[in-house]
Amino acid sequence: MPRRTDIESILIIGSGPIVIGQACEFDYSGTQACRVLREEGFRVILVNSNPATIMTDPDFADATYVEPITPDVVARIIERERPDAVLPTLGGQTGLNTAMALFERGLIGVPGTPEMIGANALAIATAEDRGKFKQAMIEIGLAVPASGIAHTMEQAREVVAAVGLPCIIRPAYILGGRGTGIASTAAEFELAAAHGIASSPIGEILIERSIAGWKEFELEVMRDQADNCVIICSIENVDPMGVHTGDSITVAPQQTLSDVEYQQMRDAAFACIRRVGVETGGSNVQFAVNPATGEQVVIEMNPRVSRSSALASKATGFPIAKIAAKLAVGYTLDEITNDITGTPASFEPTLDYVVTKIPRWAFEKLPGTTGILGTQMQSVGEVMSIGRTFPESLQKGLRSLELGRHGLGCDSAEAQLSAQSDDNLLAAIAVATPDRIFQVGELLQRGVTVDRIHDACRIDHWFLDQMSQIMEERAALADIGFSSMTRRQWKRAKQFGFSDAQLAWLWKVDEFAVRAAREAAGVIPTYKTVDTCAAEFAARTPYHYSAWEDENEVRPSDRPRVIILGSGPNRIGQGIEFDYCCVHASFALREAGFETVMVNCNPETVSTDYDTSDRLYFEPLTTEDVLNVIAAETAASGGVAPKVIVSLGGQTPLKLSGQLPVGLIAGTSSASIDLAEDREKWNALCNTLRIPQPPGGTASDLESAIAIVDDVGYPVLVRPSYVLGGRAMRIVHDGEHLASAMKELAGFGSLGKEGGLSAERPVLIDRFLEDAIEVDVDAIRDRTGEVMIGGVMEHVEEAGVHSGDSACAIPPQTLPRWVVEVIERYTRAIANALEVCGPINVQFAVLGTTAFVIEANPRASRTVPFVAKATGVPLAKIASRVMLGATLAELRIEGLIRPPRTFAHVAVKEAVLPFSRFPEVDTALGPEMRSTGEVMGIDSTFGRAFFKAQLAAGTLLPTEGTVFLSLADSDKPAGLVVAQRLRDLNLSIASTKGTGEYLGRFGITVDQVVGKISDGHGINAVKLIESGQIVFVVNTPQGRGGRTDGEQIRKTANAHHVSSVTTVEAALAAVGGMAEMVGSELSVRSLQEYHQ
Amino acid sequence: MVQHEHARGQQPARHAALVLADGSVFEGELIGSELPAASAGIASGEVVFNTVMSGYQEVLTDPSYAGQIVTFTYPHIGNYGTNEFDREAERPFCRGVIVRDMARRPSNYRSEASLDVMLRRFGLCGIAGIDTRRLTRILRDTGAMPGAFGTAAEVDLLAAARAEPGTDGIDLVAAVTTSERYVVASQAARRIVAFDFGIKSTMLRHLGELGTVEVVPASTTAADVLELRPDGVFLSNGPGDPAMVGYAVDTIRELLGQVPIFGICLGHQLLSRAIGGETFKLPFGHHGGNHPVRHEATGRVEITSQNHNFCVDPASLNGKADVTHLNLYDNTNEGMRVIGAPAFSVQYHPEAGPGPHDSRYLFNAFAELMDAS
Repeated sequence: MPRRTDIESILIIGSGPIVIGQACEFDYSGTQACRVLREEGFRVILVNSNPATIMTDPDFADATYVEPITPDVVARIIERERPDAVLPTLGGQTGLNTAMALFERGLIGVPGTPEMIGANALAIATAEDRGKFKQAMIEIGLAVPASGIAHTMEQAREVVAAVGLPCIIRPAYILGGRGTGIASTAAEFELAAAHGIASSPIGEILIERSIAGWKEFELEVMRDQADNCVIICSIENVDPMGVHTGDSITVAPQQTLSDVEYQQMRDAAFACIRRVGVETGGSNVQFAVNPATGEQVVIEMNPRVSRSSALASKATGFPIAKIAAKLAVGYTLDEITNDITGTPASFEPTLDYVVTKIPRWAFEKLPGTTGILGTQMQSVGEVMSIGRTFPESLQKGLRSLELGRHGLGCDSAEAQLSAQSDDNLLAAIAVATPDRIFQVGELLQRGVTVDRIHDACRIDHWFLDQMSQIMEERAALADIGFSSMTRRQWKRAKQFGFSDAQLAWLWKVDEFAVRAAREAAGVIPTYKTVDTCAAEFAARTPYHYSAWEDENEVRPSDRPRVIILGSGPNRIGQGIEFDYCCVHASFALREAGFETVMVNCNPETVSTDYDTSDRLYFEPLTTEDVLNVIAAETAASGGVAPKVIVSLGGQTPLKLSGQLPVGLIAGTSSASIDLAEDREKWNALCNTLRIPQPPGGTASDLESAIAIVDDVGYPVLVRPSYVLGGRAMRIVHDGEHLASAMKELAGFGSLGKEGGLSAERPVLIDRFLEDAIEVDVDAIRDRTGEVMIGGVMEHVEEAGVHSGDSACAIPPQTLPRWVVEVIERYTRAIANALEVCGPINVQFAVLGTTAFVIEANPRASRTVPFVAKATGVPLAKIASRVMLGATLAELRIEGLIRPPRTFAHVAVKEAVLPFSRFPEVDTALGPEMRSTGEVMGIDSTFGRAFFKAQLAAGTLLPTEGTVFLSLADSDKPAGLVVAQRLRDLNLSIASTKGTGEYLGRFGITVDQVVGKISDGHGINAVKLIESGQIVFVVNTPQGRGGRTDGEQIRKTANAHHVSSVTTVEAALAAVGGMAEMVGSELSVRSLQEYHQ
Repeated sequence: MVQHEHARGQQPARHAALVLADGSVFEGELIGSELPAASAGIASGEVVFNTVMSGYQEVLTDPSYAGQIVTFTYPHIGNYGTNEFDREAERPFCRGVIVRDMARRPSNYRSEASLDVMLRRFGLCGIAGIDTRRLTRILRDTGAMPGAFGTAAEVDLLAAARAEPGTDGIDLVAAVTTSERYVVASQAARRIVAFDFGIKSTMLRHLGELGTVEVVPASTTAADVLELRPDGVFLSNGPGDPAMVGYAVDTIRELLGQVPIFGICLGHQLLSRAIGGETFKLPFGHHGGNHPVRHEATGRVEITSQNHNFCVDPASLNGKADVTHLNLYDNTNEGMRVIGAPAFSVQYHPEAGPGPHDSRYLFNAFAELMDAS
């Protein structure tokens, strides 16, 4: 059946900010959908609050609403745009939940309203409501784990009596398994059930027989309206049941099922999608298999594209979201062409390689967390790696993580485990943690048997035996020795996935000596192609991975080419913003006639879509792997080396720049990069330019640190060089904390961790400017010396809160215009002095009217996409063109840079923090970045834009109810203003004693005053919040460290989903926003209209 | 020097090479059985590839692979071991197996022996460590090609590869068909005679659900078949060139119209030839478990299991049969229904051992045809 002609416009609901469980994969799927639907001639309307996405580029939709994704706001968009259909299955759980809410209000999916395409409300409810799903599966004869539903604790106790312990508690309608827990004892059950009921938006939990330790599988299914069903990919989890699939190491295709079992699972997946009633598109069905009996049970299904479908798309080359969008508008699978082979899409991809996905966590940034993995997803990113075999793929994946590991052990960091006994390690691997894979490796290396290890951790024997072969190979390589390696032995070692860095460590020689000897033996990588068909047909798309085989498939070409190094796995501090920059560079440079080559290992991203660039290398971003790609590309163009872009992918490529051939780096030279990073040279530069800096210096040990502090005085900001996201950055007020900070950094260095202290990478210590306003500038300088200011952002929170965690506004809201001009002048001067050719980000702290420069980074910053969405200037595209030699003047003529205009709107960026998943973590903001994503609010005034940004970030600013105030002494004067505004808005105020007395002194009455938590009697803040009487909390941190009342208040608010702010500046902005919204409607407008 | 190669398992690696008739050389190591002394360290046959990711035991025991060396495109083979239930015949008929990596330790509750042990039990040898993707790309471009592997010198391997006749113009059915009739009992009342041209166990399992199956040698005459008073006749899959099995074509022609007939794979080709259709050799055949086939009557797409090198020319069926199924990859014929006689057949494998179960409705269609006649 061909494309439907009865619909003309389609609303796509995006997934909002990057949060744990919902990351770039939905930008990838949404971008594909937008593209394909526009190609098909539909008018595409998009809503997504996340400015860092590709999909929200005004080019990708006809009307792009960067607005909060709430039912109210989306209803307004529907009212304004009147789309014929809504496609809810590409925006993750957010898209699905929002669509369901709109359906329940009768605004979509019922006659006379936009049709729901892809999945209808009944299908969504059947898949998402655990009771209905289980019933549906039983109806069609599929096994499910014994379970029952509960809405109250009483019901929960009845169910668990029938199901038995251990059991799993899963709340209904949640994303990424939030609120899910396992209970082995009655006491654990009480806690987990209560938490689960509280987490579910409908107060419902499923209590289920625990099948922890069973093997876990996923099938990615597609169905069209003619009821054709295909499996795109099978995935097997290395970590058995009990660990959320998003936190598991997984492998595609499945490895340990016989065809008989696999086909049984395939039949079950089809039965499942048909019964649930997903009419068209992709779904994912999860299964558990009892390894002793083969018993298969269905765990759950997602009636939409998911993180797994993004992985499956990258793993197979089959673009699930793109095809799903086409199916949603009427096509059948056999009518759609597989871009890679030119054959119909109605087939099942077959692989001739092994794909491994490994999650990356951020526990080090969240003190108080246990680091134990469970049924609730906690990882913030992931890598994918492709190898011909599992050992090769696993080792590539581990070195892709950028955690200072070069593979499965055989590196300096393995020393961490060497002191532990076998028994300790065997006990440790019974618990899933990020380190488990390395602990298993260590045990195998010691010769502990596969069976003993299996008994301890339940990882399948096949995977363990494969890992054991890595260890046996290592032992053999150690015996052979560096100088005796033959060609065959080199090849074999590389086929097991050993990196040159691992071999260098093993033989105690230099990595480049290993490379040279290996190349002298004639052993270089070949590049194979991901082609969906295991080479049965010729592939048109050059999507490559390295393998150590006979034949190289990179096709020659003589066009000028540019390699763009991506940003690797998402992590706190480096995420989708940098992928956005890389993708834009590829788009802009392709348009300008270059052949673009992307290197990245993050399966969630748009950059790793096979048609974003002319070629894609799905490879780790390590020195060896990148040099190999450069060599392969050089060979493919008859010896002409490509240019390499290192400044758009965050710190990951920048750290590699020093190892790459100097002449190849496009744009700003590595000498300039070093000049900005090298403290002494940087100080000299600032002195010459006469730009004020906070006093400070660099230290490589405690002694030199103390010497600096003696000079500049406390408080000081202590931070490592060459890191993103303020890793290990802190504000230190006294000698004791200085010593502990230096000690911690020294510890990192020896373990090769990010931010580690070493002689080459000293620590920066600066006087911390209290109460300063932080300002960020993004600019571009071309080779002629012209500098374009992209945007000046004023932060809401004071300096000291990491810029990535604070809200900021374009244009600046409180700075005098002349101060902004001074800052722009400084930025130009710095860009010139550094001889930047490309993007630069400069951070300032403004104290009074004095602007101090904090640091300059000659690379694209996290804020580039925000600036682009706020102003309509495509900064990343301009920067990439400039790096390849274009001048700003030329780009103006070309039209890429449009004449500057003044806008009447304000855009506010707000950070989105992961605290709701980590109730044990203090939510107070500090110099270490912890946000996972961002949203943008855009409107006519700051107040309205701030209100929208808060709403989009999940913080509902109240217009009635009781607000709790607890302010640090230094914040109390500003608190007067906050309190007065609350009073003006007729909100009630509760406060701590100290805050209440202070307010009273200035004539502001407080409705309720609570006692200290330590008093133990009477009502205190924690009890008040727990009672549900508080709608909003303002709590600014008092004192330093220690277990304060404030920390408990913030944690309680977090645990009970009460919105809170932890700085007085945010509180002021919040009351401003609330004041503007009272009695006023929230209005929506598309970016296309704002940018007009 | 330490025996580095010990790392892979108990035995030291046996360095070997694979040489194709076009002179392409691949390095690898022997797996499975020792090469028989009489072979001078060489195994030879027509090299084909199969793209299934699971189901290696079924593939290796499929009699249709007689005379061929099977390359698996999926790199890890042997992961879940082998067992008594997943074999398609008593023993493998292929000449050898080519893999990238042979699992050392299988893992599956159904496994009774590793694949390596199974190969040794049947005296089948193979070669591992091969760049199977490079090999597949060669076969894709040039077609199935004779090849030889072993520990012999490359020049001898090349000579053996060039001396290998391939599968054209040879009656391979005679080598795999049963010498004696046998019966597969059933709960169902129907009587089915199944011609064994290289029949797979999974077919017998499905036929057995329809009725008692009398399996007969390929050379059985029409008269002998009719004497068994069957409700239907089944034409099995089998190896090689259908033009070399003329005796069976003649028998089928005699049976046409007298009894309902259902054919699969070689059975489809033989039935086509029996009504005057023509067959030809495909460039590299269809060998995998993921080919889309459209059922023309419903428009539905089935994901199918495929294993054939020869194919029916649909133009030659004009007026004699209706084309019922079409391969969406290359638009080749995948099925037909004979005009004027109760007979139909498909080129692919609806029984699916290994492969998807999308097409098992065809066995029911056979039952309906038998019941209607």
